[in-house]
Amino acid sequence: MKKNSSVVVDLLLLLLAITVLATPAFSDLVLSKVERRIDVTSQIARVTKTLKVVNSGSESVSEFTLTFPKFLSNNLAYLSVSHSEGKGKAKRSLANLSVKEAHPKGMPDLISFYSVSLPKPLSKGDTLTLEVVAAFTNVLQPFPEKITQRDIHLVMLQESAQYLSPYVVESQSLSIKLPNARIESYTKLENSKVQGSEIKYGPYKNLAQYSYAPIVVHFESKAAFAVAERLVREIEVSHWGNVQVTEHYNLVHRGAQLKGEFSRLEYQDRPNPQGVSAFRHLLARLPPRAHSIYYRDDIGNISTSQMQSDSKKTELLIEPRFPLFGGWKTFFTIGYGLPLSDFLFASEGKRFLDISFGSPMIDLVTEKLIVQVVLPEGSKDISVTTPFAVKQSHEIKYSHLDIAGRPVVVLEKNNVVPDHNQKIQVYYKFSNINLLSEPLMLITGFFVLFIPCIIYTRADFSISKSSAAYLAKLQWDEVLATLQEVQNIIQKCLAAHDKLEASLRDLSRTGDIQTCKAARKSTDSLLKDLSKELRPLLASLQSFPSASQISPKVEELVAKERELQEKLMAKHTTVVEGYEKKSSGRDIENRIASQQQKIIALRQEVDDLLEFIDEI
Amino acid sequence: MAAKKASPDLLNSSFSFKSLKLKTKQQELLLRVSILGLVYVLAFIARLFSVLRYESMIHEFDPYFNYRTTLFLTEKGFYEFWNWFDSESWYPLGRIIGGTLYPGLMVTAALIYWTLRFLRFFVHIREVCVLTAPFFASNTTLVAYFFGKEIWDTGAGLVAAALIAICPGYISRSVAGSYDNEAVAIFALLLTFYLFVKAVKTGSLSWALGSAFGYFYMVSAWGGYVFIINLVPLYVLVLLITGRYSMRLYVAYNCMYILGMLLAMQIRFVGFQHVQSGEHMAAMGVFLLMQVFYFLDWVKHQLNDTKLFQTFLRITVTSAILVGGIALGVGTASGYISPWTGRFYSLLDPTYAKDHIPIIASVSEHQPTAWSSFMFDYHILLFLFPAGLYFCFKRLSDATIFIVMYGLTSLYFAGVMVRLILVATPAVCLISAIAVSATVKNLTSLLRTKQKVPQTGSTKGVGSSKSSSKVTLDQSQPFHKNGAIALLVGVFYLLSRYAIHCTWVTSEAYSSPSIVLAARGAHGNRIIFDDYREAYYWLRQNTPTDAKVMSWWDYGYQITAMGNRTVIVDNNTWNNTHIATVGRAMSSYEDEAYDIMRSLDVNYVLVVFGGVTGYSSDDINKFLWMVRIGGGVYPVIKEPDYLVNGEFRVDKGASPKMLNCLMYKLCYYRFGELVTEYGKPTGYDRARGVEIGNKDIKLEHLEEAYTTSNWIVRVYRVKPPTNML
Repeated sequence: MKKNSSVVVDLLLLLLAITVLATPAFSDLVLSKVERRIDVTSQIARVTKTLKVVNSGSESVSEFTLTFPKFLSNNLAYLSVSHSEGKGKAKRSLANLSVKEAHPKGMPDLISFYSVSLPKPLSKGDTLTLEVVAAFTNVLQPFPEKITQRDIHLVMLQESAQYLSPYVVESQSLSIKLPNARIESYTKLENSKVQGSEIKYGPYKNLAQYSYAPIVVHFESKAAFAVAERLVREIEVSHWGNVQVTEHYNLVHRGAQLKGEFSRLEYQDRPNPQGVSAFRHLLARLPPRAHSIYYRDDIGNISTSQMQSDSKKTELLIEPRFPLFGGWKTFFTIGYGLPLSDFLFASEGKRFLDISFGSPMIDLVTEKLIVQVVLPEGSKDISVTTPFAVKQSHEIKYSHLDIAGRPVVVLEKNNVVPDHNQKIQVYYKFSNINLLSEPLMLITGFFVLFIPCIIYTRADFSISKSSAAYLAKLQWDEVLATLQEVQNIIQKCLAAHDKLEASLRDLSRTGDIQTCKAARKSTDSLLKDLSKELRPLLASLQSFPSASQISPKVEELVAKERELQEKLMAKHTTVVEGYEKKSSGRDIENRIASQQQKIIALRQEVDDLLEFIDEI
Repeated sequence: MAAKKASPDLLNSSFSFKSLKLKTKQQELLLRVSILGLVYVLAFIARLFSVLRYESMIHEFDPYFNYRTTLFLTEKGFYEFWNWFDSESWYPLGRIIGGTLYPGLMVTAALIYWTLRFLRFFVHIREVCVLTAPFFASNTTLVAYFFGKEIWDTGAGLVAAALIAICPGYISRSVAGSYDNEAVAIFALLLTFYLFVKAVKTGSLSWALGSAFGYFYMVSAWGGYVFIINLVPLYVLVLLITGRYSMRLYVAYNCMYILGMLLAMQIRFVGFQHVQSGEHMAAMGVFLLMQVFYFLDWVKHQLNDTKLFQTFLRITVTSAILVGGIALGVGTASGYISPWTGRFYSLLDPTYAKDHIPIIASVSEHQPTAWSSFMFDYHILLFLFPAGLYFCFKRLSDATIFIVMYGLTSLYFAGVMVRLILVATPAVCLISAIAVSATVKNLTSLLRTKQKVPQTGSTKGVGSSKSSSKVTLDQSQPFHKNGAIALLVGVFYLLSRYAIHCTWVTSEAYSSPSIVLAARGAHGNRIIFDDYREAYYWLRQNTPTDAKVMSWWDYGYQITAMGNRTVIVDNNTWNNTHIATVGRAMSSYEDEAYDIMRSLDVNYVLVVFGGVTGYSSDDINKFLWMVRIGGGVYPVIKEPDYLVNGEFRVDKGASPKMLNCLMYKLCYYRFGELVTEYGKPTGYDRARGVEIGNKDIKLEHLEEAYTTSNWIVRVYRVKPPTNML
């Protein structure tokens, strides 16, 4: 109630001030026609005005003044003035005109002035059509201010039926578009009428400067009065191909506050649910090709959200954990990834990110919006262009594998409405070489991890180099090395045996005695060399005291191998002789049968011994 | 001929391989390391089911407290944490957090967090907390490997690591998100035991020192350290009695006990308990006994006279026991040594808690274990365990004695309390691993010897003189071989069943965060009930920051952690009277309860109600415990008042006191108008399957503030007193 009464007092003061205003201040412009349309279907009052300006004075004018009552201009979120030329179908809008807040002298505080610089001075008798779009927040006052769950949500709008202007207005009309036809009350003036969900005032003719006729419209609104008290949008650019957007919302329902109980039973009642003043969904219209979307809050993921996407847009319908009644708050975070190629462009040796400024939520009012653009580490020469004034600052953010930190451009703006969803450009320089730094760091990290392992296995960390245990260990290592060599030689011997056997097989197939003999010869010399190599090893093995357990086995192995060698040679000789004598295959077979048995048994024993040594 | 030709060929080809092959030792090392690596990874990923099924979130009740304190620690630093007085719980008493918690878990998580940040990985502390348990489970497999290697051989170590990696008894408490003390404590427990066994085996001071530090870590992490400080002296005592006293044991135990005790005193929550509490006296007694033993040894060495020594022995032992007994008696009588606590008693005597401490008995995880849950948690280990014991007894050593004692005592405790299955799990896995490894090793060695003998046997032919001696072997071989193969196949079948069972249990039973409930819808689709978080988040966002919330103690930690509001009682059940007061308020009539709530400055009351969804662990089903605990302190509350012929009912036949007590009213407020199931009357309670008895509930001093979408959590606002003017 307090807020309302203060507005009423404001209004009275305004009226007083207007009556006091006598001096015809500004230039000799005349508004020949004013059309105002106020759209209050959402929580934002969006005022569109078409002003036809005529210069009736003698001098040319280059400035035009817009006025708003102070209680409205305090809530002015967005104002743009454009002018259009031509008429009818040929009409086209031209660029926006620059608008500045003005403080003319001698004017009461209760009126705010904005001066618009015209595209070209308006000479005598010329006309110009201006299109003014203004968006106000907080001007729809809930009344009553507290309602129960069963009540409908009523709001009140205060305006003037006549256009407040420092100029004479020849003809004007006002239409107010309401969300539905349920109108509680409205100020009835002459020429006012209701058409469905629209209220029309006017036309009114020939009004003096600063005419003012307060009206109040009291109507039902089902719109979501969702206000983000604070919204932090973090836009992180990764040159690996992704733009990650993270948005933290502190949301509150700014409609009439809920008083008394919240009844789940009534809220869920099927044919006629109670609690229409609450909203349970919010719709976010994300850019197309948005991916990896998540929706969570301080305590975890929120599973109630739906997504629809096509090539033009991605729509995310999110449902807070609980329905929001008037005065209830919530906090949540949504995040999504966008393909880099859709948002990052190059111009004049610089890169620039072209991305929208405001929140993707439909009909959301943001009281304080903070946009943080996080650029890759190593970006330089950063500059920002925005279509409207914002507060700028710079920060450093540390993220994964950062050393110097990533430069962050922080943009702040209060009272943001969807009309501010325009693109901003962040220009910076970045060299592609920097992309490699993070993988290189990871590689270095792993390398550093493995170096101690390598050093540990290679280096000798024993404290006392002369202790018995240490010496024994050294000796044992030597024994093992020798054993390894012995094994290798034995393996080579066995390989030679196999070659010999193979030559025999070839003989039986081809009957070529000469090659067989040659093979025999080469094998002989090889085996001789090997046994020569073996001798010093065996000697050194015997000299180690710690090898006393092993050396008999090794000796046995060598002996067996030699025996095997001899038997094999004998067999070879027998077979070759047999062939030379041209004896039958069966004959030869019979002759070598006993030898063959022994060879196999010996081979088995040698293998066993080898395995035994292998296991040491 | 064919065989003859083939065999050299085979040899040839295998030879070319052999030159490339690593040495057997290197091969074995490579195999071992890669198996261990795989087991390590397996242990980690098997615990990630909950993250995949739900999300990366903290589970259950206590972990929320741990998470909250870890958050505090990382934000405010260690000193603030150590001196933290928490006014958000136990209103109006508050709680000295630093002095009443085991900080090991939080410090561990914070250290991991800080290390990662130092290495430039800017992870969220929640992720660290969620993954702490799987990480430590992986580390436990490594310790299990070394332990198994120490008590048996490397094979047993590997099997133990593999078994413990997926054992449901351990997984139940270490899935991702189960951020509880046990997560690191089992690692610390096993590490301490391993290092101690190693110290006893080697007599090395450094291993004993290691085990003292392991013990310190355990003390800092979990109250279960009492198990170590009783089991180790018991083990030492058994070694002394069985005549296995040695210098190694003396060094290991003394170093571990003295250093461990001094280190443990640094934990504020433990303080001087090592010298003042009855539960720790066994360790001190054994310590003194060790000194007597050592002294006697020395005297024996000096005297060199058996007769003289016998008399001396008698005198010393009697006087030592006398002095010890008198000291204990005086200490207990003067109150210097505190008697055993109720929890300790309830471990030794399973029926104790039921009669004396309802607050312990009311917790489901403190119930005696059912056979089914043994089967569920151990599966084949349950019968591999006795087999392993057999092998241990067959090869008795200091190490195997330890594992046998650990296994038997912990299994007894596991039978007393469901929760302690966790403590028994490592022992069961180790002993079972011995059984598996020993069996498989025996069987394969049988197979391997036979693979060669047939070759020689067949080629030796008929005329060989030696063949007659081998004939008997040859005949028994096919049978042996087939038997061994069959047994091996059986073992592998069992082990694979075990793996399947473990995976199934983990994914179905142990991966639910319990804060988010999931059910299957009519069409097989998954329905998620996220009501708890809905309510807690509502509290967090839409109540005054200094609001006090009254609820049953189960939800205290969650309300403070997620709702960020002050609670009257929480899961740290240190003040029974306070809990009883809440129990009394819940079981009184509304106006009486209103006075209690006014005196406690309560602004909101939170109840959990499953009547709409059929969720059975709600406050109505817990209500009798509230009555019992409340009645234990305030005799005004009498359990029979709420029962009809000893039966707990909520329908028309319920007792009038039940139908009008605060809990009943808050749960069923306006429930009588709701149709929960098609074809049933209004007010049909699906959790209990009855139509409620009191459908016309009017609240006088409270009003519904919020009810979640499935009615699981209901929050009421306590109205201010009506203005007398």
